[in-house]
Amino acid sequence: MATLAARLRSFTAGDLFYSFRRSRTTVLATTVLALMMLGALLAPLVAPHDPFDIASLSLLDSELPPAWMEGSNPAYWLGTDTQARDVFSSILYGLRISLFVGAASVLLAAVLGVFLGLVGGYFGGLLDAVIMRVADVLLSFPAILVALLINGVLRGILPAGQQESAALIVLVLSIGLTNWVQYARTVRGSTLVERQREYVQAARTIGVGSLRIMRAHILPNVLGPVLVIATINLGMAVLTEATLSFLGVGMPATMPSLGTLIRVGNEYLFSGIWWVVIFPSATLAILVLAVNLLGDWLRDALNPKLR
Amino acid sequence: MPLFILRRVLQAVMVMLTVAFIAFLMFRFLGDPVNSIVSQDATQVEREQVRERLGLDDPLLVQYGRFVVDAARGDFGMSYRNARPVSALLAERFPATAELVLVAALMSLAIGIPFGIYTALRPRGVLSQALQIVSLIGISLPTFVTGILLILCFSVWLGWLPSFGRGEVVDIGWWSTGFLTASGLKALILPSFMLCIFQLTLIMRLVRAEMLEVMRTDYIKFARARGLKARAINFRHALKNTLIPVVTIFGLQLGGLIAFAIITETVFQWPGMGALFIQAVNFTDVPVMAAYLVLVSLIFVVINTSVDLLYNVIDPRLRTERKPATNAGI
Repeated sequence: MATLAARLRSFTAGDLFYSFRRSRTTVLATTVLALMMLGALLAPLVAPHDPFDIASLSLLDSELPPAWMEGSNPAYWLGTDTQARDVFSSILYGLRISLFVGAASVLLAAVLGVFLGLVGGYFGGLLDAVIMRVADVLLSFPAILVALLINGVLRGILPAGQQESAALIVLVLSIGLTNWVQYARTVRGSTLVERQREYVQAARTIGVGSLRIMRAHILPNVLGPVLVIATINLGMAVLTEATLSFLGVGMPATMPSLGTLIRVGNEYLFSGIWWVVIFPSATLAILVLAVNLLGDWLRDALNPKLR
Repeated sequence: MPLFILRRVLQAVMVMLTVAFIAFLMFRFLGDPVNSIVSQDATQVEREQVRERLGLDDPLLVQYGRFVVDAARGDFGMSYRNARPVSALLAERFPATAELVLVAALMSLAIGIPFGIYTALRPRGVLSQALQIVSLIGISLPTFVTGILLILCFSVWLGWLPSFGRGEVVDIGWWSTGFLTASGLKALILPSFMLCIFQLTLIMRLVRAEMLEVMRTDYIKFARARGLKARAINFRHALKNTLIPVVTIFGLQLGGLIAFAIITETVFQWPGMGALFIQAVNFTDVPVMAAYLVLVSLIFVVINTSVDLLYNVIDPRLRTERKPATNAGI
């Protein structure tokens, strides 16, 4: 316990925390992000209603406006949709899925990218050339197009009827397999530098195996920028998930993410119930903005050139 | 110079062959092509006959060669879902997307360049600051949310502009255009604005940054010392050099516009290629997906190659043999 406390103290006394405290927008963005994550994580506990419990829904409560408007029910402070589901609760459950898909696909992209970059940079040769050419081709197309193509291919492989239940995995795969390029390029670049260093030469001289050198010696030294890329990438991933779901090839309406909520709400735009589309949209925009602000700050704070 | 052109064109052909190979793999291995042709209760013998007729027993490389030749002739087979030739479907949808992208691209230039120049020349003006904030909001909002907000404002609440479709179109040969009717032009406003916002802010920021850079250089100082008028310096001397990177970014982003048109077309129910592609992804209509991939890649490659070649014409400093571009990480 003492070491943990000491670590915490050295962190709060360190440069990074100082620069964090100094930037008011970053503190605000982090607070908003933390609240959203907490709300999403504890959705079953904090949500005032369960939008998936059909028995508790009463059509009499459908299309209620938000609490500050006339004809509203204070129990549903952001109003209800056409099925009488509480908009606020739906957003919390939607956030849960959006954040999960975002985080899982970032993790997949980072693991894949770091692995390929490490292997390519360390061994070089044909393997490296193939990995980097694939990366170049992927990078020359907009991410959303690549994600859509992978999505289409995965749906084609799945047997019919499985597509809804596997939607979560399909999304994570299509976003993760699109975004690994940046990690691979960065890690490959630093690996090329590190493998020339004396400590790697020394390790090789005393007969340490290639895999062990990569894992134990090079990896810790090339991981620095990965954290920054991952943070910036999280915003992108959440946005891509929302876009795919909005386009109707992501999460199904039975298990809605923020993008699905916006797509479904969009269908009722002309019937005057604007709250079913505006509130999920605003949540998504604030979430992406908060992640991007945090990523920008982290990039600047960890950039030695700007110190 | 001829060597540079040759190398650049060869590179473009290689990329296209790679893309065609990916499309071919999708075509060949995603679902059995035989199943989409024969009836449900066909016998094994009939299936084998179809398999042989389609040449599915030939070596993979021969099949790939046949695919490339067919693709070059514009033949991508039949759509699984619509039971019509894919080339006809795409040709029918192409004008809608082309007009949308064209208008969006022109809009982003027509608004982005003047705003960029203004914010660079008057960095502390109230309008400049306002523009910076608006552009920050513009790129932070997901594009489909921007589209929904536009519909909510201008269609639902104000009722000024239509929220879906192309309006009335006029057929000129096989090309259907929305440029010639009032309702067609009105229908273009919201979708093309939604599509151009991202590129608009990009061009604005680029022009601003480049302009600020150029204004600090010696030849501008010298022009001032010669007593030239501010207008002549800003527009005759500075702007020229500012626009070189704009050409590159504009070219590269044009491809991005075609891809992002997928989202715009979904929001505004625009009958273009993007909407067709989304439908194909949803129903795993492989021929349509493969054809869209090849077509969009072709547009990308043609644009990128021409931008590279054009760059040489615009900027005389680059006419000597260039070093290959290095790709740094972030």
